[in-house]
Amino acid sequence: MAKPLPEHPAWLWRDPDPKASYDAIVVGGGGHGLATAYYLAKNHGITNVAVLEKGWLAGGNMARNTTIIRSNYLWDESAAIYEFSLKQWEQLPEELDYDFLFSQRGVLNLAHTLQDVREATRRVNANRLNRVDAEWLEPDEVAKICPIINVSPDVRYPVLGATFQPRAGIAKHDHVAWAFARACDAMGVDLIQNCEVTGFIKDGDRVTGVETTRGSISAGTVGLVAAGHISVLAEKAGFRLPVQSHPLQALVSELYEPAHPTVVMSNHVHVYVSQAHKGELVMGAGVDAYNGYGQRGSFHVIEHQMAAALELFPIFGRAHLLRTWGGIVDVSPDASPIIGPTPVENLYVNCGWGTGGFKATPGAGWAMAHTMATGAPHELNRPFGLERFVSGALIDEHGAAAVAH
Amino acid sequence: MLLLNCPWCGPRDETEYHYGGQAHVPYPEEPSTLTDEEWAEYLFFRDNPCGPFAERWVHSAGCRRWFNVVRDTRTYQVLAVYTHSDPRPAVGFGAQAGGPR
Repeated sequence: MAKPLPEHPAWLWRDPDPKASYDAIVVGGGGHGLATAYYLAKNHGITNVAVLEKGWLAGGNMARNTTIIRSNYLWDESAAIYEFSLKQWEQLPEELDYDFLFSQRGVLNLAHTLQDVREATRRVNANRLNRVDAEWLEPDEVAKICPIINVSPDVRYPVLGATFQPRAGIAKHDHVAWAFARACDAMGVDLIQNCEVTGFIKDGDRVTGVETTRGSISAGTVGLVAAGHISVLAEKAGFRLPVQSHPLQALVSELYEPAHPTVVMSNHVHVYVSQAHKGELVMGAGVDAYNGYGQRGSFHVIEHQMAAALELFPIFGRAHLLRTWGGIVDVSPDASPIIGPTPVENLYVNCGWGTGGFKATPGAGWAMAHTMATGAPHELNRPFGLERFVSGALIDEHGAAAVAH
Repeated sequence: MLLLNCPWCGPRDETEYHYGGQAHVPYPEEPSTLTDEEWAEYLFFRDNPCGPFAERWVHSAGCRRWFNVVRDTRTYQVLAVYTHSDPRPAVGFGAQAGGPR
């Protein structure tokens, strides 16, 4: 006779039904939404909070990214929020009592052209002025950090050098979400899945609640943290956002022995690669050019990325692709996020992270929680409001974003 | 890979084209009279629907001419192809919303 199944391990969070009213509602149960709820409870003592997720927790971009964490962005405003996040990552495993395998193995951003070299060295200097660890490496030094990169000069786009941030790394994205979810739940936050927001309840220009597939819920304050679907929610609330939703694909190989000791990103030939703890090579591509909500992209984007990976890493020549997938990223005009108030009172937004939101999970949650709790932006997100598109004070991070869009 | 039907060259792979974003966004008629808010709207704000979307493509590896496509951003199905001098077809919008798949 077959043995009975073992008992289910302890659940990390409850599965509550929505209450009629909350002090704060966070729409979107991905990494940023969970971090927002966590800091609402922890930093501001607001624990009567619901996170509403239309699917399952952390099933969107939080489950689909390539888990790279770094803070080597160009501008002061970006360095502030990304470096704040990195400092949080460094102590979050202890704070959340959850080892999500944050591995500070460093990130190399390769330069293949004279323009790349100039942009990269400028960024290293900017990083140092902002006390972000960064150094410029010549090709032979790149090979010492990551011996499997082909740094020979006789390839189409030779490696002319790289920036290196030693404190950068990777983490297990799903475990990060579960760590935040467990901590939220323990503080009394309701994590409500299969609950799609279908409309907003307003009193004049002020949001007082949300309509959902599981009934109406009133709220003291509402934060939209929905990444690729943010425009859909904004339209229901009656305003527009300067973001476009694109498919972004990633893929993994079969499991291999440890061969790749760091994280490598290349803007120019365009691929980014790390090796997960389990052994898969994890790679990401550029966004598909067209707008799309399909969580899938075109195959030629993957072919292009594989070609780039092979040129950089000849050792991958016999590696097998195991899985590919896509997420929907909300791309802003300056490759920087939008965090702050909206034209609708009591309604706040965190979006526009485009291709690089995972690394900012703690900082985005921290700033968004502050904004929702106090009604005013935190120092970290003050420069990232919607008003910058009128004032022209854009924060152009297309160079540091390292993903073609 | 999308298969797009260039109005002049016929069906070609997506890799022959480049994307141009939302169609039917005219340059402001009197730019000097625009407020900062109106400039922001023109420069940075575009529709981003989950569903039928009228968008521009250019056949950059072929005839190098621009044209418009109505495509469903959920399914990626092409619903209509038309030249920039044509009005936006009703397909996918209004009365025919949720039309042929």
